[in-house]
Amino acid sequence: FQMVVKLGKPTKKEKFLLLLALAGACCLAFIIRLFSVLRFETMIHEYDPYFNYRSTEMMVENGVFSFHNWFDEKSWYPLGRGVGSSVYPGLMWTAGSIYHFLRAFQFKVDVRQVCVFIGPIFSAFSVLATYALTWEVSKGNNGAALFASVFIALVPGYISRSVAGSYDNESIAIFCMILTFALWLRAIRTGSMAAATTAALAYLYMVAAWGGYIFITNLIPLHVLGLILTGRFTHRAYVAYSTYYVIGTLLSMQISFVNFKPTESADHMPALGIFGLIQLITFYNYLKPMVTSEGLRQIIVGGVLGSIGLVLGGAIVTGKIGALSGRLAFFFNSKGAIPIIASVAEHQGTSLAHYYYDLHLLLLLFPLGVYRCFTDLHEGTLFAMMYGITTLYFTRIMVRIVLVLAPAMCVLGGLALSGHYYAFLPNLSAPEEKETSTIEKKKKEIKKAAAEGGYPFKRELAAIAAFIPILVVGSFVSHSIYMAREHYSDPTIVLRAGNGKLYDDFREAYKWISENTEENAKVLSWWDYGYHLSSMANRTVFVDGNTWNNTHISRVGQILASDEKTSYEMMRELDVNYVLVIFGGKIGYPGDDINKFIWMIRIAGSTPTGAHITQKQYMTNYGEYRIDSRAPKKMRNSLMYKMCYHRFGQLMTHPRAPLGYDLSQNQEVGDKDIQFEHLEEAYTTENWIVRVYRVKPPANKFSGK
Amino acid sequence: IVFFSLEMQLVQVLQKLFDDYVKTTSQRLKIIDAYMFYILLTGIVQFVYCVLVGTFPFNAFLAGFISTVASFILAACLRMQVNEENKDEFNGISPERAFADFLFAHAVLHLVVVNFLG
Repeated sequence: FQMVVKLGKPTKKEKFLLLLALAGACCLAFIIRLFSVLRFETMIHEYDPYFNYRSTEMMVENGVFSFHNWFDEKSWYPLGRGVGSSVYPGLMWTAGSIYHFLRAFQFKVDVRQVCVFIGPIFSAFSVLATYALTWEVSKGNNGAALFASVFIALVPGYISRSVAGSYDNESIAIFCMILTFALWLRAIRTGSMAAATTAALAYLYMVAAWGGYIFITNLIPLHVLGLILTGRFTHRAYVAYSTYYVIGTLLSMQISFVNFKPTESADHMPALGIFGLIQLITFYNYLKPMVTSEGLRQIIVGGVLGSIGLVLGGAIVTGKIGALSGRLAFFFNSKGAIPIIASVAEHQGTSLAHYYYDLHLLLLLFPLGVYRCFTDLHEGTLFAMMYGITTLYFTRIMVRIVLVLAPAMCVLGGLALSGHYYAFLPNLSAPEEKETSTIEKKKKEIKKAAAEGGYPFKRELAAIAAFIPILVVGSFVSHSIYMAREHYSDPTIVLRAGNGKLYDDFREAYKWISENTEENAKVLSWWDYGYHLSSMANRTVFVDGNTWNNTHISRVGQILASDEKTSYEMMRELDVNYVLVIFGGKIGYPGDDINKFIWMIRIAGSTPTGAHITQKQYMTNYGEYRIDSRAPKKMRNSLMYKMCYHRFGQLMTHPRAPLGYDLSQNQEVGDKDIQFEHLEEAYTTENWIVRVYRVKPPANKFSGK
Repeated sequence: IVFFSLEMQLVQVLQKLFDDYVKTTSQRLKIIDAYMFYILLTGIVQFVYCVLVGTFPFNAFLAGFISTVASFILAACLRMQVNEENKDEFNGISPERAFADFLFAHAVLHLVVVNFLG
């Protein structure tokens, strides 16, 4: 049963069809991501994109150098944040360049429009990059490359992070990653230093774009190691990796955020290790024909290896090379993570249902693709397999890695589907079965066909085999459109209820804050909303989504978890003017602060000053987390509880429920009459989703009472 | 005594290695090897200086040191691609094309080094 593909050079007509199909795939990739722009306006989604948007605005107004030297005093008060050295600038550079390029041609676009559409534009580029990558992996199989590029245009796992409005690092980083991989495979195939240098330049773009670059930093050395172990380490691979590593690492250190990490952190050591290893292997191979004496050669080699080992061991022992960084350590020991890393929704494990929703048909084609890689094993297919399997392994720990898995699945799926067609389509022109009248003669023919190593009814089976994928891929397309339309096009900042009702409370509250509070007011909220407040309300915040300082976040958690008196002292210490909470009890919003409160308690208790706070104190004697009359005193006196349920006890949320019924917890609130001594309510939005409180200055000592 | 005789054998092997090298490698390759040896010396000098004087400013040290490492590597790659024994492996890359690649890689390398020197 032959699976080896025989390829020829494409004719002019085939080339034209190919170009047409690719252009169609690019348009498809762009259009499927536009649902949110049709339903809502061109706005930025979610949380992190607002920070990226604010940074891009800043860069476009004040120039690249002031962006790289920007110290932001309006976030992480009173610490401030050095943005220039703690951000991956690739996204801002890209959006800024597109903005200036369009402006140069007198297209007076707004920065926001550019930011919103970057996801769709770069997914169209990803289609082309995936074509290049699969072409390299399959050694020139245009059919496989085309299938893969259509898959990447539609795969829901990629749509989720590159939809219009999702202005986040991943929207360009996936393109950069696929491009780097394609250029890397080209460098190995040709063995040219120029190809390796272009791969290093693509790597620079990837490092500038996303923190996930560390995956490429380790996958490519792993690939080289795989080549060494399977005996495919040629001179071309040596040239490719040495040039790529040296130039690429030097380039990556130009990004301020990366700085000297490639020489210090353990995350980057495998790349250096493999680099050293290939130098030794190549030198050994060079010496081998020239030195005749066996034993002495071994001594020389052993001495060199031994001294390298000593140096490395010494470096690790004396602490020159640090331990794995927090995020990477999480991959290898997810149970031992600090609460702030464990609490992020994206860092949860992937459920099987999630795999299906994000990858659909590709889950079926993936094993077939891996099998095809094994039957035709060379540098490209070895790489595709390693990419797919390592990413698949890591998706078990963190759900956002499915985004990195999606291109691997597309490449392997393309190989699989193309192999399927190459196996069956030639049989369509097989000679017709001769019409025989007797059953015996037919049986003889079947036996003969089986003896020849084939199977009977070639033409009929080939026709069925060619038709079924059309149905299956059709279902994949409709599934992708469904996922894009229903699940991945929500801006998160505008809530959409099941019955289609829209809640724009977030923006209502931020606008109120920007218009009705003092210019230098400081707003305290949980870190999720920090970026929104900085960008839309334009006020100083204490903690935001960068989460670089766990102690500060823990302090905010302590403020929200303690009773009003203690919190007030801490708030005066930090100079808080306003406090903001998100409350979903009136409409049944499940992502509100009361739902997140248990994580706030855990994070508050994770530092020495907050060690007296344990989550047990906030739960009932039976270990339940409740907000009704059974909630313990500590819970009902906490600032978060009071702020959420102030005046809630008089509100009717459901005609058949008692007053003060929390629709997201499905319980009746315990304290119906909450009074504040040091805070006063400043603003509550229409659906009670955002509640803003003003911190009153301390009462005069002698007030006459 | 065993160790001493091993050392004598080592010296003999190295001597033979050097003689074979001088006889069998072509002029072209020897020029590249001499260039590589010079680069190696500059790298060693920089490293020793860093060990003696300290790593501040680290970016300047890294820029200089990685520049020598990269130049050494690129010269090694050029030597591989120019060597007639490897012609089947590098099909499509003539010695002229190899040298052009070498120049391109060096251009990118030195631009980055100058940027990193600070």
